[in-house]
Amino acid sequence: MISSGISSLAVLLIVIFLFREGFSLFSTSPLENKNIIVVNKTNPVSKLNAGQIKAIFDQEITNWKDLGGNNDSIILFTINDISNYFSDEEVGAEFEFLPDKLNALVDSNPTMLAVYQDKYLAKKFSGKIVNVAKNNIPDFIMGKQWFPTAEPAVQLGVAPLILGTLLVSFFAILFALPVGLATAIYMAEVADERLRKILKPVIELLAGIPSVVYGFFGLIVIVPMIHDVFNLPVGETALAGSIVLGIMALPTIITVSEDAIRNTPRSMKEASLALGANKWQTIYRVVIPYSMSGISAAAILGIGRALGETMAVLMVTGNAAVMPKSLLQPVRTIPATIAAELGEAPAGGVHYQALFALGCILFLITMAINIWVQAISTRRKMNK
Amino acid sequence: MNKIETKNLNLYYGTFHALKGITMSVKANTVTALIGPSGCGKSTYLRLFNRMNDLIPGVKIEGDVLLDEKDIYNNKGMRIDELRKKVGMVFQKPNPFPKSIFENVAYGLRVNGMNHASFVEERVETSLKQAALWDEVKDKLKKSAFALSGGQQQRLCIARALAIEPSVLLMDEPASALDPISTAKIEDLIYELKNKYTIIIVTHNMQQAGRVSDKTAFFYLGDLIEYNDTNIIFTNPTDPNTQSYVTGRFG
Amino acid sequence: MSKNLKEKIAFWIFRILSLGVLLILFWILEFIFVRGWHMLSWDFLTKMPEDGMTKGGIYPAIIGTLYLVAGSMIVAFPLGVMAGIYIHEYTLDSFFKRFIKLMTNNLAGIPSIVFGLFGMALFVNTMKFGDSIIAGSLTLGLLALPVVIRVTEEALIAIDDSFRHGSYALGATKLQTVRKVILPMAMPNIITGLILSIGRVSGETAPILFTVAAYFLPKLPTSLFDQVMALPYHLYVISTSGTKVAESRDMAYGTALVLVLFVLILNLLANALRKYLGNKVKMN
Repeated sequence: MISSGISSLAVLLIVIFLFREGFSLFSTSPLENKNIIVVNKTNPVSKLNAGQIKAIFDQEITNWKDLGGNNDSIILFTINDISNYFSDEEVGAEFEFLPDKLNALVDSNPTMLAVYQDKYLAKKFSGKIVNVAKNNIPDFIMGKQWFPTAEPAVQLGVAPLILGTLLVSFFAILFALPVGLATAIYMAEVADERLRKILKPVIELLAGIPSVVYGFFGLIVIVPMIHDVFNLPVGETALAGSIVLGIMALPTIITVSEDAIRNTPRSMKEASLALGANKWQTIYRVVIPYSMSGISAAAILGIGRALGETMAVLMVTGNAAVMPKSLLQPVRTIPATIAAELGEAPAGGVHYQALFALGCILFLITMAINIWVQAISTRRKMNK
Repeated sequence: MNKIETKNLNLYYGTFHALKGITMSVKANTVTALIGPSGCGKSTYLRLFNRMNDLIPGVKIEGDVLLDEKDIYNNKGMRIDELRKKVGMVFQKPNPFPKSIFENVAYGLRVNGMNHASFVEERVETSLKQAALWDEVKDKLKKSAFALSGGQQQRLCIARALAIEPSVLLMDEPASALDPISTAKIEDLIYELKNKYTIIIVTHNMQQAGRVSDKTAFFYLGDLIEYNDTNIIFTNPTDPNTQSYVTGRFG
Repeated sequence: MSKNLKEKIAFWIFRILSLGVLLILFWILEFIFVRGWHMLSWDFLTKMPEDGMTKGGIYPAIIGTLYLVAGSMIVAFPLGVMAGIYIHEYTLDSFFKRFIKLMTNNLAGIPSIVFGLFGMALFVNTMKFGDSIIAGSLTLGLLALPVVIRVTEEALIAIDDSFRHGSYALGATKLQTVRKVILPMAMPNIITGLILSIGRVSGETAPILFTVAAYFLPKLPTSLFDQVMALPYHLYVISTSGTKVAESRDMAYGTALVLVLFVLILNLLANALRKYLGNKVKMN
């Protein structure tokens, strides 16, 4: 009884732990290290989001009017600039005078934006603490910048990662589906027993090769090939990922669709042949329509495998977290991001939580795909 | 003139001798019933005439099979799809395609390159009428064939076979999966179709053979034991094996 | 164009594409065998890595992988077989059964990196096992669980109901029937499936990245709470992020070959077993 529920329990545990970590992201601030942003109390700007903060630091925004304030240029101050304003004596050996000095500095500079840790907040604080928007789901999904370690505010936009994942998987299936389907039809309907006996274990073996070996193969063989053929600065591209993933999705597509094709009743094929159709007409007019739901299940499962694949993609796609523009550029997928960055993200930090949130997205996508496939196959059973 | 004829025909599945020197002929516009216990070779014999046995690996055929006095096996001029256009087949279980009612009947036309819309429509209607199904389905031609009842599906399969205007209709236990009412409809239909087609029917049902056929052939262990007018086979057979089979004492 | 010409063209395309699939496999195997073969030696298999993993052997990675395979099977095998038996042999209310099947399939479809995340959150951080053999084994065990359940179910489906009825007719209880009749008959098939799931587990990298795998360890593990090196992670490290990627290339070829050989041998073993069992059934 309990044992039969073990897989449900496992899924439940995964959901709990993944989502607990992932969702805690949306109650934290993008500001790292307990930093706060302080402005003069006369400054009309009282709210900023992570993207604006980054733009200010990158000097893309230099005037308050771009932030809804007055037409004044921004004087940016971080704690590293302290020596430009105060001497070591003024700050004190133990930084004991620092809070008051910082307070005075912002007080006397109406156009200053200061970033420092909350422990340096003066007791008689007379400035204004800018309200920084918390990490939130729309910005997370739609944001185009992924700089999870940026100072002072991390940029957690996963749009490039989601698009990268979809791009690589889509082209992988575009390549794998026709080849896989052709092989499945060939094995189920055309090939003689001898050839089938060769192909079957070959496909099992293809399924058994570890993904890291595919990645290695891609890295040593496919990547340089793409580099040479397209004359690119780097061969690690979305295309390399698609090719490797396509090869990896082949066994899934072939086995699942071959099963579906084989399930076509013999009597139905005979009826078609008895009406003067040849084998090919029988295949595309009767067998394929009959096994369509199984074939689509194969395609969806193949996509699911491609979306979740980690190591091989990590090794061949170059992992640049930018909005993908072409197949011949490096891209970064969701699984590869998690694999590459989790080791360096301190447990419990914003970055760590963001990677778990990525895991949640991946989990939801694959879960949806699985339920979809199940729905297709139940429908198929009911039709029979 | 004989419509169909086999001369000293032997068929082997690998080493198994399934049909042993069968010589038999069938006149046009008659119904011939093939009877005999399971595994006697009657279905295999039926499947000779549209070469469906070719699909099974390891089959070897010796002797002559003639259709309209032309050999259909050792004949370069006889393409297999041309043969199958002339010889229609209805199977044991209703096996409509996963398509609409209309497209099921049109299938044979389309795969044989007859695609002209009004021609196809006309042929579908005639065939459905011949199969006595038209009145029941004329308002739902676009519906899936799976939505029909078992008996209707089987008549649809007959209409499908008729659409390409064969001259011979092979029926492999066409009513064995149907209820008595549907069976009666199919039997009436066979009686009607006799006017236009030469029909060979395999059946396990003695009464059915008696009701629908003009001639009956009794097969036993790959041999053609007795072939004669149906009323003679059922009332006064010469062979004791035929006697015990038709009276229900074995099989 | 005549329909028979179309048929010919279509079948030729299928033939060529199928051959393509064959060629891809041979290409990958050729690449790994030809370049890795000369690395294969007793020393390579039994020595520690040397000189920043550019020389020496891969002994600790092999040992680590064996530990992880054993650990994950200890987790997945009893649980999975029990679950499979329960799902198939005991009548459950159909909604519950459907739900469990859905969940098992879902578990099977979860990407391995998500297992890695989960293992890190639960076993490494919450349960405070740290990066350890036990955390890695539990994670991999969960990953293998749906495979074992499915294999068990399939093995049970293959057993004709007449055996069950025969046993009941002699007055045996359900538990006795399962233990004395069904399980012994299903076991060979279950073991075949198990061998294949070992192949899968031994090649997984993503789930062990954050739960157990070590970049380099100068010594073998001494307890369940130690980290280990593992073959797939080792291959990843020396082919991408090592400091001397070019110098360690030969080591990478060798490691890839050992990994593939491992999977290949397991596959052949499973196939041989299947054939042997198939013959045995025929003789009966």
